Amino acid sequence: MAVHYRKERLDRGIKARSEDIFALSSYREMLYLLLPRALPVIALLSLPVLKGIVGLYWEKVLVITCAIALLAVSWDLLASIGLVCLGQALFFGAGAYLAGFLNHSLGLPPFLTIPFGALGGAVFSTLLLLPVLRLRGIYFAIVTLTLPLLLARFIETTKILGGTEGLSALSPLPNIWFELYIPVLALLVCLFGFRRLINEDYGLVLQGIRDNDRAVMSSAINIYRFKAQAVFMAGVAGAFAGAFMTHYYQFVGMPAFALDYSVLPLTCAVLGGVGTFAGPTVGAFILVPLSEVLRAFGTLRVVFYSAILIICIVGLPEGVFPFLQRKYHQFERVVKVE
Amino acid sequence: MGNETVLSIERVGKRFGGVVAVEELSFDLRGGELLGVIGPNGSGKTTLVNLVTGFVRPDSGKVMYRGMDITGKMPYKIAELGIVRTFQMVKPFYRLPAFKNLIIPLYSPRVKKLRGGKYGDRDDVAIDLLEEVGFERDSFVPYKMASSLPHGYLKRLELARCLTLRPDLLILDELFSGMSMSEVASTLPIIERLNGEGLTIIMVEHRLRELFRIANRVMALNFGRKIADGPPGEVMESESVKAAYLGTEAEG
Repeated sequence: MAVHYRKERLDRGIKARSEDIFALSSYREMLYLLLPRALPVIALLSLPVLKGIVGLYWEKVLVITCAIALLAVSWDLLASIGLVCLGQALFFGAGAYLAGFLNHSLGLPPFLTIPFGALGGAVFSTLLLLPVLRLRGIYFAIVTLTLPLLLARFIETTKILGGTEGLSALSPLPNIWFELYIPVLALLVCLFGFRRLINEDYGLVLQGIRDNDRAVMSSAINIYRFKAQAVFMAGVAGAFAGAFMTHYYQFVGMPAFALDYSVLPLTCAVLGGVGTFAGPTVGAFILVPLSEVLRAFGTLRVVFYSAILIICIVGLPEGVFPFLQRKYHQFERVVKVE
Repeated sequence: MGNETVLSIERVGKRFGGVVAVEELSFDLRGGELLGVIGPNGSGKTTLVNLVTGFVRPDSGKVMYRGMDITGKMPYKIAELGIVRTFQMVKPFYRLPAFKNLIIPLYSPRVKKLRGGKYGDRDDVAIDLLEEVGFERDSFVPYKMASSLPHGYLKRLELARCLTLRPDLLILDELFSGMSMSEVASTLPIIERLNGEGLTIIMVEHRLRELFRIANRVMALNFGRKIADGPPGEVMESESVKAAYLGTEAEG
């Protein structure tokens, strides 16, 4: 008689998976819950300390990764209210140009221009998007896709804000620790802040708008106000990334509105897992360093990059993070079947 | 509640392309009335609900609510005034547990105003409300995911969502469709009680037997026009209603 083997999967106790109150009875259980949250935080916070070992090049990659991750998390917040945004570059560019302008024309130092850039950029983007908040799905996506391109052309033709030359020789960040820790901390704040927000009662309303906006409206809730607030919060995260990168590069130009800043966050979110906030972050930490590693292949880089991306998305349509999460909560063992 | 006019529809019309959904429709609704709206499919019942609740803007005519013109106002503004509706096609927030579905209306400014700012834990309020519409607390039905609930429960979840807002005028769009006999039997007393407490209700319904039992006035529509309006007994006997349901053209 042939012996077959079969993989058996068991969920770890409901205790650990439920989101309600439960008793933690041992260190093992506490670690089981804490480690997946604490380890990435510790890793992120300790990466900048390793700058002597990994070299300045990879530290640069870390900063760019954090900026893209911020945009991806901001994309995810909009997605969880049902707004598919193809224009993260709008937030990024608005923050970048505002910070650059404040520094270049008014001579404000970075520790003022970055917060002002983040808030002002978010206000600006929200005002631009207010008229289209009524649109849903693909219609909202198209408008957000065109807005950053429109602004880039506007700057090019009117020659304001440096025109095609951009604004250069901006103030650098005070020192390397600021350069490394500001984006890391901003990312952690946004990641855990948004996760918390979406599970509060306020966040339930946001999720309700995604699932059925008519029912939310007939619950006497002004959905446009909630949408505007969500756009503003996502805008702060995105514009912060832009304002920071302006001072990091000491330059701001039309590339701040480039399509890359719209497409890359979206790709990170899809790869990492939409709607989890951690997913898009994981996605950014895979894609951006991957693109750097592949530089060794020269022109073929894009081919390998795209191939890996396609394989990942076809193989793990739910996203990397939900997959890891599911596996973490399961035992797997091989059992004999007769 | 007195007998003042709550809702007054004045010569309202709406067409979708070439299709006339509602035409020259006028009626008044008094406080405390339970008005049943009947009619064959496509007779404009749901359009009427959409016109009153602001989801559809009328081409002509006026919708007055307690002396206030509410024609073409935003749906959330109308809901905030207390005109609350259920949807014929239930679409709850599937990814949430049943009681979390009620957090959304509980978060609205109307509830905040009525309950006076702070009113303790929204979760408890939500579970109490669900118990009122027959979600058995003891078997943890309110905690189940909305996606795992049977259709009858979802319909009652929809009713609970409306009751959360403490409506002044409740509009039920085919609440009973898709419900089992026993579910209808347990939901009817809830509606009768609400009406008994003075709540004005409009019920759009296909289940005529149940409707005629509890309604104190019935209006029949056909092709967007009013063909009968009066006490249930009269409407049931009306020739035009019989004709609309059974058809006459084939004979002639």
